[in-house]
Amino acid sequence: MSDPVTALKGLKNTGGFASISEVGPTGMITLRGDLSAKPVIKAAVAASGVTMPEQGRIGSEGNHAMAWMSPDELLILCAYGDVHDRLAALNKKLSGQHTLAVNVSDARAMFRVRGAHAREVIAKVAPVDMHPDAFTPGMFRRTRFAQVPAAFWMPEPDVVQVICFRSVARYMYDLLGMAAQSRSEVGYFRR
Amino acid sequence: MSTRLATPGRLIDKAAPVSFTFNGKQLRGYKGDTLASALLANDQMLMGRSFKYHRPRGVVASGAEEPNGLVNLGSEGRFEPNQRVTTTELFEGLEASSQNHWPSLEFDVGAINAQLSRFLPAGFYYKMFMYPRSFWEHVYEPIIRASAGLGKAPKARDVDTYEHFYTFCDVLIVGGGVAGMQAALTAGKAGARVILLEQTDHWGGRAPVDGGRIDGAPVDDYVKETLNALRSMDNVEMRLRTMGAGVYDHGYALGYERLTDHAPEAAGPRHRLWRIRAAQIITATGAIERPLSFAGNDIPGVMLASAVRDYVVNYGVSVGDRTVVVTNNDNAYLTAIALKHAGLDVPVILDARVLPSDLGLIERAKALGIRVLMGHAIATVKGGKRVTGVSICAQAGEGAVLEEIQCDAVAMSGGWSPVVHLWSHCGGKLRWDTAHACFSPDVDNPPKGSDGMGFVTPAGAASGMFALDDVLHDAHAAAEGVITSLDMKLPKDVTSPIAERREESPMAPVWMMPQGASVKLREKTWLDYQNDVKVSDVRLAAQEGFVSVEHAKRYTTLGMATDQGKLSNINGLATLAGALDADIPTVGTTTFRPPYQPISLGAIGGEARGDIFQPIRRTPMQDWHEANGAVFEPVGRWRRPYAFTRGLESTHDAVMREVKNTREKLGLLDASTLGKIIVKGPDAGKFLDMMYTNMMSTLKPGKCRYGLMCSENGFLIDDGVVARIDEDTWLCHTTTGGAESIHAHMEEWLQTEWWDWNVYVANVTEQYAQIAVVGPNARTALERLGGMDLSKEALGFMDWADGTLGGFKVRIFRISFSGELSYEIAIDAGHGQALWDSLLAVGADLGAMPYGTECLHILRAEKGFIMIGDETDGTVIPQDLGLNWAISKKKEDYLGKRAQARSHMTDPSRWKLVGLETVDGSTLPDGAYATGEGTNANGQQNMIGRVTSTYHSPTLDRGIAMGLVLNAPDRMGEVLRFPGTDGKIYEAKIVDPVFYDKEGSKQNV
Repeated sequence: MSDPVTALKGLKNTGGFASISEVGPTGMITLRGDLSAKPVIKAAVAASGVTMPEQGRIGSEGNHAMAWMSPDELLILCAYGDVHDRLAALNKKLSGQHTLAVNVSDARAMFRVRGAHAREVIAKVAPVDMHPDAFTPGMFRRTRFAQVPAAFWMPEPDVVQVICFRSVARYMYDLLGMAAQSRSEVGYFRR
Repeated sequence: MSTRLATPGRLIDKAAPVSFTFNGKQLRGYKGDTLASALLANDQMLMGRSFKYHRPRGVVASGAEEPNGLVNLGSEGRFEPNQRVTTTELFEGLEASSQNHWPSLEFDVGAINAQLSRFLPAGFYYKMFMYPRSFWEHVYEPIIRASAGLGKAPKARDVDTYEHFYTFCDVLIVGGGVAGMQAALTAGKAGARVILLEQTDHWGGRAPVDGGRIDGAPVDDYVKETLNALRSMDNVEMRLRTMGAGVYDHGYALGYERLTDHAPEAAGPRHRLWRIRAAQIITATGAIERPLSFAGNDIPGVMLASAVRDYVVNYGVSVGDRTVVVTNNDNAYLTAIALKHAGLDVPVILDARVLPSDLGLIERAKALGIRVLMGHAIATVKGGKRVTGVSICAQAGEGAVLEEIQCDAVAMSGGWSPVVHLWSHCGGKLRWDTAHACFSPDVDNPPKGSDGMGFVTPAGAASGMFALDDVLHDAHAAAEGVITSLDMKLPKDVTSPIAERREESPMAPVWMMPQGASVKLREKTWLDYQNDVKVSDVRLAAQEGFVSVEHAKRYTTLGMATDQGKLSNINGLATLAGALDADIPTVGTTTFRPPYQPISLGAIGGEARGDIFQPIRRTPMQDWHEANGAVFEPVGRWRRPYAFTRGLESTHDAVMREVKNTREKLGLLDASTLGKIIVKGPDAGKFLDMMYTNMMSTLKPGKCRYGLMCSENGFLIDDGVVARIDEDTWLCHTTTGGAESIHAHMEEWLQTEWWDWNVYVANVTEQYAQIAVVGPNARTALERLGGMDLSKEALGFMDWADGTLGGFKVRIFRISFSGELSYEIAIDAGHGQALWDSLLAVGADLGAMPYGTECLHILRAEKGFIMIGDETDGTVIPQDLGLNWAISKKKEDYLGKRAQARSHMTDPSRWKLVGLETVDGSTLPDGAYATGEGTNANGQQNMIGRVTSTYHSPTLDRGIAMGLVLNAPDRMGEVLRFPGTDGKIYEAKIVDPVFYDKEGSKQNV
């Protein structure tokens, strides 16, 4: 098998007030099921290696994470190479339980926005309250970035991690680059 | 003449000169000037021509309400018409030119219209251009379009960038005058998240110009101290050059920030549109002074009293050496006093009122030696391009001239109107304030949010409070009320500052000057300067029955110019009320709509320009396509290769080559865009039996089946191959354009109708790159990659298998949309390009070539396969297309079944699908209609069919087509006539839609 490539092969833009970089191949599993059912929770926690996230939140540890996507959907993040094993283990644990677990690692693109004003890049394209008191680490938001669906969270202060569909990776990269163009800081989110 | 004074200006820096040009003339101003103040300082009072009569126009106001001072600004990629001189900050190198005149501003041929004004009254166009009707399109409209219009349309592409910014706050305060600042201070002290917007480049509004003392100190000190206090609060955001443009439902508001209009060469975006969600909004938008209606009130040099004062105090500019002040209120006396203090002459103050005693400002003016004439008015202003004098009359009379006075400027004040625009945008009601003769916010009827509570509060002059002390108290109270409604608490020690009170005499409403002005005077009395609407026009409208203010507005065009009647509306409707003998409040106002002032289209579009105008979806192999001659076509938001051209080959030739090559050798198609939806669960089979017209529950794992999907109304909406993966999992392929909508369609039925069925769906379209390997050499190529048994026995037609092919983990579907031996290979998208490369490599000597969507279309049309969007258009049911074989008769139900049983759907006269073969081998025009005998009820020729797909088939070397035809099955062999738009009549024979390999032997090898 060839080495997997991401949509933009790790493109990076450091020309603006925040840097935009495409993240390398990442394992992603969509799990749909009854999120209040014990076997589902147990299997999800085992597959992700992190605790069950509450509504609108993400739990992470190292490069493992699990995000709440909807009342019946979770997103499990792991190393790209681990996806097939984790998916198999998940399906095994969930046999007999009505769920749907699929590999979506290649269906997505992921970007990291880094910089002191990274929050402003997001606030220019997403209708989300990015005030430091309002959007805090541990939160996970599904929303739109200008004209495409996206989800994001802040793994650390000044860093925003963005997930979108693979086919619009180029649009997302250009969009974030425009939002971060130099001399366009809003200077709004003071701490 | 107007000129720069030796006295300093509050807002300008005389140490920083700035040069600019007006109509090519080099002029000088200072940093801090507006274009208006700089032009006046250079004695450039004449700034443009009016819209209809091309009357000479000078600046009237000093702010956003300015109707006259509109210019073309900038050049090339920064050219913009209709820019207001009063809100344009001066910068080095600014280029402005005047508008709406030919050949020059000084001498304008269009001014002939003014001589004809007696023949061009309100409604002239409506009356004149009614007949003959045919003249409208070819004669009247072109002439009107050529003679009307203000600025020029930009020709060059805009070189600037724009952006949006989403933010949320507890309290949004619009207006950075003392009211807005005080409200921000109070709300800020309570700990609320506050945003304070000011449209100009300075804080404090007009209070510092009008003077007075706050807590014992000058207003400027209060502004400075309050600013410092606000700046120290992290919870308060303040923005200059940011206009509150509109207030919308649920506390949504737009702020329009002009970042580089005053410094066009600066880096970064030009405008930023703030998209704000505020829990509460305070409108501290101030008030606008009204003109007075007297004859000649549009002659350059006649200005609002407050503007004359602003130019003197803020910019050190005098608009004239001798200024006559005319008023119906005390406020204008401030102008007379300011002019006197600047050493200028005020020959007389004409006060329309007759007051029992001289209080406050009147007393002060008189003490300065200014002559005050009570009960007097202007009969007419003298002058053409510039005021030369006024004739004075009694306000109570009909305009008999008592005295003539020479002057070069007139400062008028008809009272003040609160800026209620933002209050009104979302439904705030108004009440008539008799004491001030103005509409003010009716605070008992605010715009209401989803909780039924008001979310906008006016403050200061915007709520009808005009005395400084009242303004501050009202602003503090507004903020306090808002804080309480947010369940927040104001610290006890936070109180309103106290301002000194002036003794004031009441104003008197004056809507016509003099009160009994003759028709002759009324015809020279302007209401709307930009659109040339006069008192006589409004009276004519009333006389002709336009009694509703909204009708009168449209009939006369009052308030319909780019200033949206900020100066003219109240005077206009008071005139209308007078003509109708009605009360002003019963006549009411026209509707206030956002934006408050025009905002740029760039700001509205935001970042969506150029490459990111809209998202373009890209497949994993898109880079390769771009590098290998692909000509693209839009399919949904994808750009799919239409054909891959080689060298100098035309696109048509490339398509022909691709078809032949695929039929004879080996073609590769990037089919990644096809929708792929996983459906899983114990009820998945039952669910799919409802979604598709045919049976999917009986499909065996490892097998594929072609299926049709209909809407509830029976119309065909999508098609594709369904593969059963395991006992409770299916994979549904959709059309490229249908992936998202069919996914949503499935979710909708699962969530709203069959919520108790155990089914989950997931859209995995983008997880896979999918490559169709098509043609007689397809199997050989794949066998060369090796790893899977692809023999007919192991993987028959409509089978699928998982496996490893040439080291790639793949899923192979043996399906065909071309009639050839064909495999579709799905692979994780991250490996798509590598597999594509491998296939091209192993297929090189087998004739492997990529093909595009046009080849795909021809291949399928030769086989008579339908295409969603060609053979269907939302009105076609599967039965029309002869697809009855794909409609289960065994199933009790499926979406669309009931609808397809309706009488109209079973009508035998519905047009049905057939093949069409031109008699001479030419290609039918797409969309052409077949003509029948006779005419329909509308006298139009009857139509008996239409072309849905048409191509030149290189395989058959002739034109082939499909179409929907009346009584088609009974007409096989009949020849139909299709008139083309090229004047030719195409004749085509009705044939079977399958043109190629009817037995299907080629795909089944």
